[in-house]
Amino acid sequence: MNRPERPVAIALVASIVAALGLFVVYAAGGQPQLEGILLFISLGGLGVALMLWARGLMTSITDETQERHAPASPGDVDSATAAVEEGVEEIRRRRFLSRLLLAAAGALGLAALFPVRSLGGSPGDALATTAWSPGDRLVTVDGDPLTIDALELESFTTVFPEDAVGSSDAQAVLIRVDPSLLELTDEQLAATAQGYIAYSKLCTHAGCPLGLYLAATHELRCPCHQSTFAVLQGAEPVYGPAARALPQLPIEIGEDGYLRATGDFTGPAGPSYWNMPT
Amino acid sequence: MIVEKLVRGVDERLDTTSFIRRNLRKVFPDHWSFMLGEVALYAFVLLVLTGIFLTFFFVASHETVVYDGPYEPLRGQEVSAAYDSVMRISLEVRAGLVMRQTHHWAALIFMAATIVHMLRVFFTGAFRAPRELSWMLGVLLFFTGIGAGFTGYSLPDDLLSGTGLRIIYSAVVGIPFVGPWAAFLFFGGEFPAPELLSRIYILHVLLIPLAILGLLGGHLSLVWLQTHTQFRAPGRTERTVTGTPVWPRFALKAVGLAFVTWAVSALLGGIAQINPVWLYGPFVPYSAPSPAQPDFYVGWLEGLLRLWPAWEFTLLGVTVSSAFLPGAVVPGVITGILLLWPFLESWATGDREWHHFAQRPREAPVRTAIGAGGLTVFTILMLSGSNDVLAHFLHVEVDGLNSVLRWSLLFLPAVVAIVTYRICRDLRDRDARPIQRPARSRVRRTTTGGYEADHEELGTTGGGP
Repeated sequence: MNRPERPVAIALVASIVAALGLFVVYAAGGQPQLEGILLFISLGGLGVALMLWARGLMTSITDETQERHAPASPGDVDSATAAVEEGVEEIRRRRFLSRLLLAAAGALGLAALFPVRSLGGSPGDALATTAWSPGDRLVTVDGDPLTIDALELESFTTVFPEDAVGSSDAQAVLIRVDPSLLELTDEQLAATAQGYIAYSKLCTHAGCPLGLYLAATHELRCPCHQSTFAVLQGAEPVYGPAARALPQLPIEIGEDGYLRATGDFTGPAGPSYWNMPT
Repeated sequence: MIVEKLVRGVDERLDTTSFIRRNLRKVFPDHWSFMLGEVALYAFVLLVLTGIFLTFFFVASHETVVYDGPYEPLRGQEVSAAYDSVMRISLEVRAGLVMRQTHHWAALIFMAATIVHMLRVFFTGAFRAPRELSWMLGVLLFFTGIGAGFTGYSLPDDLLSGTGLRIIYSAVVGIPFVGPWAAFLFFGGEFPAPELLSRIYILHVLLIPLAILGLLGGHLSLVWLQTHTQFRAPGRTERTVTGTPVWPRFALKAVGLAFVTWAVSALLGGIAQINPVWLYGPFVPYSAPSPAQPDFYVGWLEGLLRLWPAWEFTLLGVTVSSAFLPGAVVPGVITGILLLWPFLESWATGDREWHHFAQRPREAPVRTAIGAGGLTVFTILMLSGSNDVLAHFLHVEVDGLNSVLRWSLLFLPAVVAIVTYRICRDLRDRDARPIQRPARSRVRRTTTGGYEADHEELGTTGGGP
């Protein structure tokens, strides 16, 4: 073995040894890190060997020069164009039939679109409504109904209608604040109950669930794009890309002491869309 | 013997006696930067191979099962069958984790190589006539690649992937006139619909790979048929191509590079943890991870969504959602510009000639400046896509960082473009007028108090050749 051959041989031997090692590791139950390293050596050894071989051991092969293809001559282009046009002309000559052919293709194309309709139902008012209806108790993700003393001041929890726990569009945040801090319209205030206030949990920007409640500033923040909503001011957006306030969930305290919804959200939950009710 | 039979068989049937010889002798110019596209190709091959392995175990179903695998914190918890199967691949299938992580790393390498390859082609003007179609197929490959990656990391049905899907769904819902219908048709109903996962699955393992294969076939055929560009050098002309014949030297080198690409992917797959779905937990519709980060090639789209101002307005009774412009319109415009760039440039410069020589970036200062500006936009947006992580890392508030990023986005690309333009122009001018040795002269004081100088001819005395 002469000198230039040596590195190639070493790389190939390393590759073989690592491949055998893989066999052993696999037989012994597998180990991700070892598998990665051994794969690296066996694949890389082979790769490096081939590259070194091509670089250093093929000295007799020299660069060659070949002609590139030239642009087509105007005559060639003309005759090609003519060939296409003659074909088209041949079809169009039968004027009535060729139009009928087009119509048939169009009709079939339209008919073929119908199966697409099966892929999903009509949106209807699905985007504007959720599972909340008057009288629904507010329950936690575990299905536990909430009473008047469910939350400490300045704490929050995620709530669902009791018959739709885990629902994506009905999810709401329930927050308990000092009622004297609330700066709401009379309508909004009427939808709160003794400092309990509830909003849709879906960001009005890109629909992410609002996971962060900053108690110090009474703000809800979206972990996706940092849209921030002021809880005390009707969840108006105060920072980030969201432009619409979170819809409020009107709630009351029932005679049995349970927190109940008095209706659906005050607007569409989640991202805005072109024909949403405003 | 068998080789001879094969060669003769093929040559005879293809109606030429030299088909194989001609193609095996075909030369390819050699330059390190011509290998970048190859790396993407080899990463794709590895993605197909590791991906096939993963399909044997993955279950594309939302159906609820109770996790009872070896990962203690999740045991007894209800998860989807999809998530459960990914957990099984990761922790129970022998070599499963290496396969899964190698698959993910290979996807990142595929996208990174694609991007760098695109930059190389852009900055060397290799997209110019007659190679406009190659460029367009390449741009489409970049976007199909994003689609492949996005659908891929949406499959495990973990908390992060569900969040990504929800954002796309929201952007689609916001498209005027057709949004809600389009979203319901594509996602199978209001998010999250039960059909969603199986749809994404078939997109990821069949439709998108087929599209990539088709585009790649076209892209490579064009390179083969139109021959490769090359840099200017003595003895080279626009009408010829100089390089190494395919067989055996170029082929050996290429296969070697393929193995090295796979080796690096496998090493990362073995030792560098990626997308640890057991830490993210299963998807639930009422929670989002924080921080939430997409893979890097989606970062610019995410950055657009994060930096865009809170603009939502009603135009002629049509509400334009806050996610519509940054989520659909701007990416669409960027795609259009990228796709049509060869034509835009030839329209702007009036250059309709064929070019087989690749340029140095300095030879086209305006293009290089625009490219550098565009790259700056891409980089700022990508950083913005991780603004929360970046803020945490830099110990600053996200709000302040966002302002910096916004102002940077407005001004930095222009600054970079201007500086790039000037550097390119100076370099080009210097190439045109090589630096001259300063003429030496000896100044002598004359007897009358004046001065006189002897000028020496350049290079005649001492110092220089």
